[in-house]
Amino acid sequence: MKNILKSAVAMLSVLVAFTSCNNPKSSNSGALAGNVAEKVYVAPGDHDEFYAFISGGFSGQLSVYGLPSGRLFKVIPVFSQDAEKAYGYNEETKPMLNTSHGFVPWDDAHHPDISQTNGVIDGRWVFINGNNTPRIAKVDLSVFETTEIIEIPNSAGNHSSSFVTENSEYVVAGTRFSVPIPQKDMPIKDYKGNFKGSLTFISVEPEHGHMDIKFQLIMPGFDYDLAHPGRGASHGWFFFSTYNSEEASTLMEVNASQNDKDFIAAVNWKKIEEYVNNGGGTMMPANYAHNVYDEATHSATSTMKKEVLVVNPSEVPGAVFLLPTPKSPHGCDVDPSGEYIVGNGKLSANLTVHSFTKMLNAIENKKFAGDAYGIPIINFEDVLAGVVEQPGLGPLHTEFDGKGNAYTTFFISSEVVKWKLGTWEVVDRQPCYYSVGHLMIPGGNSQKPFGKYVVAMNKITKDRYLPTGPEVTQSAQLYDISGEKMELLLDFPTIGEPHYAAGCPADLIKPRSKKIFNLEDNKHPYAAKSEADTKVVRDGNVVHIYMTTIRSHFSPDNIEGIKVGDKVYFHVTNLEQDYDVPHGVSMIGANTSELLIMPGQTETFLWEPKQVGVWPFYCTDFCSALHQEMQGYVRVSSANSNTTLKWSLGEDIE
Amino acid sequence: MLIAALLPLGLFLFPLWKITLEAPQYPTPLGMYIHINDFSDANPHDIKNINLMNHYVGMKYIPESIPEFKIFPAGILITSLIGLIIAFKGNYKWFLFWFILMVTLSSAGLYDFYLWEHDYGHNLDPKAIMKFTNPDGSQMGFQPPLFGSKDILNFKAHSYPRLGAFFLGLGILTSLIAYFTGKKNIKKV
Repeated sequence: MKNILKSAVAMLSVLVAFTSCNNPKSSNSGALAGNVAEKVYVAPGDHDEFYAFISGGFSGQLSVYGLPSGRLFKVIPVFSQDAEKAYGYNEETKPMLNTSHGFVPWDDAHHPDISQTNGVIDGRWVFINGNNTPRIAKVDLSVFETTEIIEIPNSAGNHSSSFVTENSEYVVAGTRFSVPIPQKDMPIKDYKGNFKGSLTFISVEPEHGHMDIKFQLIMPGFDYDLAHPGRGASHGWFFFSTYNSEEASTLMEVNASQNDKDFIAAVNWKKIEEYVNNGGGTMMPANYAHNVYDEATHSATSTMKKEVLVVNPSEVPGAVFLLPTPKSPHGCDVDPSGEYIVGNGKLSANLTVHSFTKMLNAIENKKFAGDAYGIPIINFEDVLAGVVEQPGLGPLHTEFDGKGNAYTTFFISSEVVKWKLGTWEVVDRQPCYYSVGHLMIPGGNSQKPFGKYVVAMNKITKDRYLPTGPEVTQSAQLYDISGEKMELLLDFPTIGEPHYAAGCPADLIKPRSKKIFNLEDNKHPYAAKSEADTKVVRDGNVVHIYMTTIRSHFSPDNIEGIKVGDKVYFHVTNLEQDYDVPHGVSMIGANTSELLIMPGQTETFLWEPKQVGVWPFYCTDFCSALHQEMQGYVRVSSANSNTTLKWSLGEDIE
Repeated sequence: MLIAALLPLGLFLFPLWKITLEAPQYPTPLGMYIHINDFSDANPHDIKNINLMNHYVGMKYIPESIPEFKIFPAGILITSLIGLIIAFKGNYKWFLFWFILMVTLSSAGLYDFYLWEHDYGHNLDPKAIMKFTNPDGSQMGFQPPLFGSKDILNFKAHSYPRLGAFFLGLGILTSLIAYFTGKKNIKKV
């Protein structure tokens, strides 16, 4: 009987296969369109080939997409509060958003970069910068959660960040806005010569990735726009693009666009590292937050650090040089070999490419055109490798496919242009819809890019999707770059502003992705690891509820003896140890978000009851067939009542 | 015969039986190994999760330990010892005795396993969250199969012997072979 069934099913599927083959031919405009759809089609239940971590720009978060499907999997809260996940709302993660300015619930998240080992991305962590209140965050890719944030002192508009060196020795954070260092009350018009720009080198501890500021290089008061590390032969160097070498402080669009050339600053960080390791540099008073989330306690702690090591370039001769680069270069991109440094002069008609070998030569032979605040300026001609002539308007960023090609975005002419390294000839161009900013090839910032796709992240979408009022969706576009010509495959909407992205093969991350947190390893001070451990403890007007969840009930689910004016902490432990069984909890009138608690985790929210009554709480994540029954009551008595404190599950109180 | 007596000791190294529960929500099926002296998870926390599922229909939790975990190992040790004594001292007729002893004891063990399964699947909490009845109105049981596969609500349950059981079976079979070989040799002489 079973065999008959099986053959019947087999017959049916063959029939279905034939009919579905026929359909597209008759209904689609051409075979080509069908072909494009196939390239991004990931069948239900199948997995994408690549992860793409796309920053949310002014949303402050980091989104996780699959490529080539363009499907959104998760929004990882980084710099902004997220009520859905209780990030920045629960007691455990509030310290993550602490800064020297107090609790800052938002930032502008720009440049995700994946950690590397031996010049190849290793899929362990993603680093990302907060621009506004300068911070660098680390997202742990075993849990897809933000586990560390360090504030950057002496910085403002933390934009030329957060790029990692080829063994993740450092993640680098450069200032966009120069400021008085240290901060002080002074006239803005005295900017020139008095404001400084800091380039911060944050060491990354190899085992757990803990971040610590190793040193800050105090540079002239330019705007440090973007950066990339040297690799291969140029490993040990870091390159920063600058604009506003005019050192203007007002009407910047005009006043910072006067010089024919600005600079790419080349920093020999190995030399400075050696200098500080031998006791060089000056320890300067500072005040910045270092916030660390501990997976064992499921809690973050915030520590204020009080000093930072600063280095003046003039103290370390031969460590910093300036490479003249036409017209306010924006992107500063290094090719996989480490030889070419592309300066995307955003107001220039041409693309300027510098040579690392020529730079070393020029330094050796002292081919300098002068200096800026004591930093040698190398002769433009002596460092220039080549020029891509008139490739488009408004070049911003360049990535590489590892096959000798470079891909540059042009904001004004709204296109991606493919050109050849070494011959500087343009190979292909494809329009973007519209005004593309960054682009991303998985592994693009490494010695080994995976040159199959490029994602273009657009600044404007206009009519590209169904309209949603004045504010329309943000969007990215996927191109196939496996052939000689690029092919547009897909438009897909993104969160916030899709500023920049980092991508890597899914197999690098997938096997390491955690399914649950082990309850046995839970070291949360208020965890209840079994229903026997649940209790309610009063200490003055502070009440701690040690509560558990398991399908499909809370323990306890009846609580009496709470009073108006109490501060009631719900410490809720999810006893589940099964994949994808989170529980949520929310309390009527609590001035905070829900909790969303993963299996084995403990989270806490604060409730300050203001009215007498019997108030319900319930599970907010549809957990099981009896999810609707997953609820409880808290009796709140008047402040001067003497209702005794009691709690229970499955029996009536008294 | 020596081999026959030693093979059942493999039960202390390998699981005897495995019950697997498949459902769409469990891309990695839930599984439980039954050892001679223990229940264990096929994947971490499987037994906890089986218990969680089963509490909806009022099934009892799978106990940490059952009396059989003390009796069975002792039984295997004693019968192996008897087998060893026979191997060295006894003649081929004793081999047959050991074979019959083992078949009887194993059958008793299987019957005991069946009884436990039956109780586990039928002795349900009267306050069960979900009560199911058979078409004839009787209470639906959730007994996993003794051997083979069976659909139980949204789960497909599989119950099959594992390596330990094969060691036991091979041991019993070897004793029978030893008996016939012994008999043949005697006749030749």
